[in-house]
This record gives sequence, C-alpha cells and structure tokens, in this order.
Amino acid sequence: MDTAQPNAVALDDATVAFRLADARVYTAVEKAKLAVAHGEFVAIVGPTGCGKSTLLNVAAGLLKPASGSVRIFGQPLTGLNRDAGYLFQADALFPWKTAVDNVAIGLEIKGAPREQALQRAQGWLTSVGLGAFGNRYPHMLSGGQRKRVGLAQVLIRDPKILLMDEPFGPLDAQTRQIMGNLLLELWNADRKAVLFVTHDLEEAIALADRVVIMSAGPSARIIGDWRVSLPRPRDISEVRMEKDFHELHREIWSVLKDEVMKGYAQSSQAAEAV
Amino acid sequence: MRRSTLLALQVLVAVVVLGLWQFFATVPVFERMVLPPFFFSNPVDVFSQIVAWFQSGVIWKHLVITLWESILAFAIGSLGGVMVGFWFARQPRVAAVFDPYVKMVNALPRVVLAPIFTLWLGLGIWSKVALGVTLVFFIVFFNVYQGVKEVSTTVLDNGRMLGMSERQLMRHVYWPSALSWMFSSLHTSVGFAVVGAAVGEYLGSAAGLGYLIQQAEGVFDVSGVFAGMFVLSAFVILIDMGVTLVERRLLIWRPAAADGRG
Repeated sequence: MDTAQPNAVALDDATVAFRLADARVYTAVEKAKLAVAHGEFVAIVGPTGCGKSTLLNVAAGLLKPASGSVRIFGQPLTGLNRDAGYLFQADALFPWKTAVDNVAIGLEIKGAPREQALQRAQGWLTSVGLGAFGNRYPHMLSGGQRKRVGLAQVLIRDPKILLMDEPFGPLDAQTRQIMGNLLLELWNADRKAVLFVTHDLEEAIALADRVVIMSAGPSARIIGDWRVSLPRPRDISEVRMEKDFHELHREIWSVLKDEVMKGYAQSSQAAEAV
Repeated sequence: MRRSTLLALQVLVAVVVLGLWQFFATVPVFERMVLPPFFFSNPVDVFSQIVAWFQSGVIWKHLVITLWESILAFAIGSLGGVMVGFWFARQPRVAAVFDPYVKMVNALPRVVLAPIFTLWLGLGIWSKVALGVTLVFFIVFFNVYQGVKEVSTTVLDNGRMLGMSERQLMRHVYWPSALSWMFSSLHTSVGFAVVGAAVGEYLGSAAGLGYLIQQAEGVFDVSGVFAGMFVLSAFVILIDMGVTLVERRLLIWRPAAADGRG
C-alpha cells in the first residue's frame, strides 16, 4: 500500500447502531476497520443480513456511525461523500427519464449545458453497450440493461470512489458474468477505488484485489482480509478455472462457511421468535 | 371477440334498448301504455329535441358555459391540490395539525355546499366553479400527497449521491413522482369537475347543461330532461377521450399494468 497518499476510504473502528421501534438498540456493525487504497478494488463478502450494505452506506455518508471515524482521502467525512458514486442494489434509475436523460442528469445538475450533457451521456451509453437504447424508459429495458444504465449514470460523473451494493445480485448467472467483465474493463481504464459488496465469494475473488470477510450479524465484524494476486486483466469466466483461484476460494470459504451457517441459524431463530 | 363483432354487438344493445323504449312508449299493450309518454317521453322526441337545440344553436351557449366551469374547476382545484399536497407531504407537522379538518371537510357531501356558494358567489359561473373545485381539490390533494410520500428511498438516495440539492430533488424526483400520481387520477378529477359544474347549474343558475335540464324539468318537459342528459353524457365522454390522449402522452414512461418484464 502506498503510504505517501492517504487511503481513498478509511473506516476506523466504525460502529453502526440503529434504534429499534421498542427503544432497544441494534448494533449492525461493530468496530469495523477497513481501508481502500487509491485504485484498489476491494470486495466485502458476508452472510446475508450481516451489515455489508450498512458499511457501504457509512462510506457513502448516507449513514453516520455511532462511533469511530470515516475518512475520505484523509479528510473526515461530513455529510454525503461527494467523491463517491453509488450503484444501488435495487432499481435506482429515475423511471420518468429516458436512459440517456438518466445518464445525463449527473452532469446537468452540476450545471453542464444540456446539449453537451446529452452528447456525453450518449457516449457513456455506447461504452456500456446501450448506444441504441437512449430513448427507452427504464421499464422498457431488461434488468441487465438497467444495471448498465445505472453504471453509466454513476461513471459519467467521474467519481474518485465507486461504491457498489450487490449491483449484479438480481441478474441471472450469464448476465452477471458479462456485467462483471464490463465493470472490469471500465475500471481498468482509470482504476478508481472500488468498494464492492456481494454475497457471492466467487464473484468477489474474480473481481477484486482484496476480499474482506464479515461475520454474521448482529454486531458484525470484519474477520478476514485476503489479497487476490491473480493477474490482470482478468476474464471473469476464465479466471475461475485457475488453480490459484480454487486454492484461495477454498481458504476463504473455510472461514466464511461457519459464518454463513451462523447467519442462517440466527435468521431462522429470529423468524421463529416472530 | 373480433373488433367488428364487438362493435356490432354494442350497437345492437343500443338498438334493442331504444327500440323497446320507443315501442312501449308509443304502442299500447292491452290498452295501457307501459311507459306513459308524460313520464318517459320516447327516443324519437328526445332525438328531435337534441336536433332542434343544435339547429337553433341555443345548446352551444350552454355547452360552452359548462365547459368553462369544468375547466376552471379542474385548473383551480388541481393547482390548489398540488400545492397543498406538496406542502403537507414535505411538512409532516403541518399535515398532522390539519389532518382532522381535512378529513372532516372531505367527509362532507359537497352538494350541501352549493347553496352557500350560490349565496356567496351569486348565480354566475363562479358558484359552480367553487363547487367543482371542492371536489377536484381533494382528489388531487390526496394523490399528490401520496405521490410525494411514497417516492422510493433508493431513487431519492440515488439523487442525493448524484449530487442533487434539495431544490433539484424537488424538480427531478418529488415533482415527477407527484405528477404521475396526479395524472393517474386525471379521469376521476376531470369527471368530478364536470359533476360540480352540472350539479351547481341544476341547483341554481342562468345557463349551462344543468340549467337546461332543470328548466325542462320545471315545465314537465321529459323529452328535454332526457335530451339534456344525453348531451351531458356525450360531453363527458368527449372530454374523457381528450384526457386519455393527454395521459398517453404524459405517462409514456410508465409500464403498462400487465408488463411482466423484470
């Protein structure tokens, strides 16, 4: 890690707690310590409901940690993280805008002239493979196409940090691979710092430079941190065939498996209690 | 069913109903009229009354008056509904304070307000507009309120992360969402604007379709009453078709209800 430059994202002992309806306090994430360096692609993996998205929302400034600190390029984060682009898990496109308008909006709100914004939006749509779909409204696009538009919408603003919350979760297996390769290709162009949340360990290893494992919630902690030294550029479907990939997968899975089981047990207990 | 078959059957219904009406109103059955002309008139008389109105041109004046009242009621009611709906949705405290009163006024059958409006605003068009406004306002208000409240939090967060200020969120997120709800109730609110106008006219006025019906009723001219009713329903259907056109244009971004694409 380059010590001369401050990390793009640095969470230091960040604890996130929510007040429940019955006045109890639910601690989602406890004392998370996480750093993403310049140009580094970090994937966070954990069992469902462990607070991965919570951690991402903290980095985005959408949530405030109850204690601990969040630093963005060395500066303490106050309010929203203006350096970050956020790709949400759920559909976040503006349904009343066409694809090209959805992409252009990021520039328009910064005051760019509409003509110019539309032109650049068209360029971005082309680079995510949707050049001919600019006039479609989101409901006329497939799930994968909507994710592409979302990616273009975030990237057109050229954020220094990319936060992604299971962005390809709802897609089918083939589309996920295609989207993964597209993401790597776009990322390779300028190597932004990426924080990528997923529940899919294979996806995490195939994409990231580092894989961070979280324990089952509540009070989820970061319990492991692996460096992925597979060579780049990678092809998502090919990299899965490599021996190193399998070894790393086995190693991480041995830790993750217990947490996944714990997560299941807890969520089924919670369901019984309800 | 094929389109032409459907149309033929639809026409058949009208022919049968009108035929039966004409028959029982003009031909005695066992020396008794089933539909005494004094109470039921007959289709031929009703139709000639309508033709007479259009030939002499008297009907246009009434149509125009009713149309104006409906348009004004719709415009003022919608504007008020949008503004107050927005305000309440963004200021939950204000909404909480006014909540019981809003419910109270909305629970009131609006027809009882007509005499008050006539007293306050006279027999001219404004008392009818006021009645229409009270009907339109609440429909638009509730829809806009709902629309602003139910903006998806993900879309809102996305707007924020893309760098939108509160004003830009208003313009690019809240406003289109609220409008879409308002437009989805367009048929209802336009319909109510016409109801307000016609009922207001019927209860006291000097012109309009409601006035025409009321006048005919006053002299036991049943043909006139039916003729007025037919003109009024044709008028509403025409307006409704116009609304459908507007809606198609403005809500183009909305998925059709049956669209199953994920």
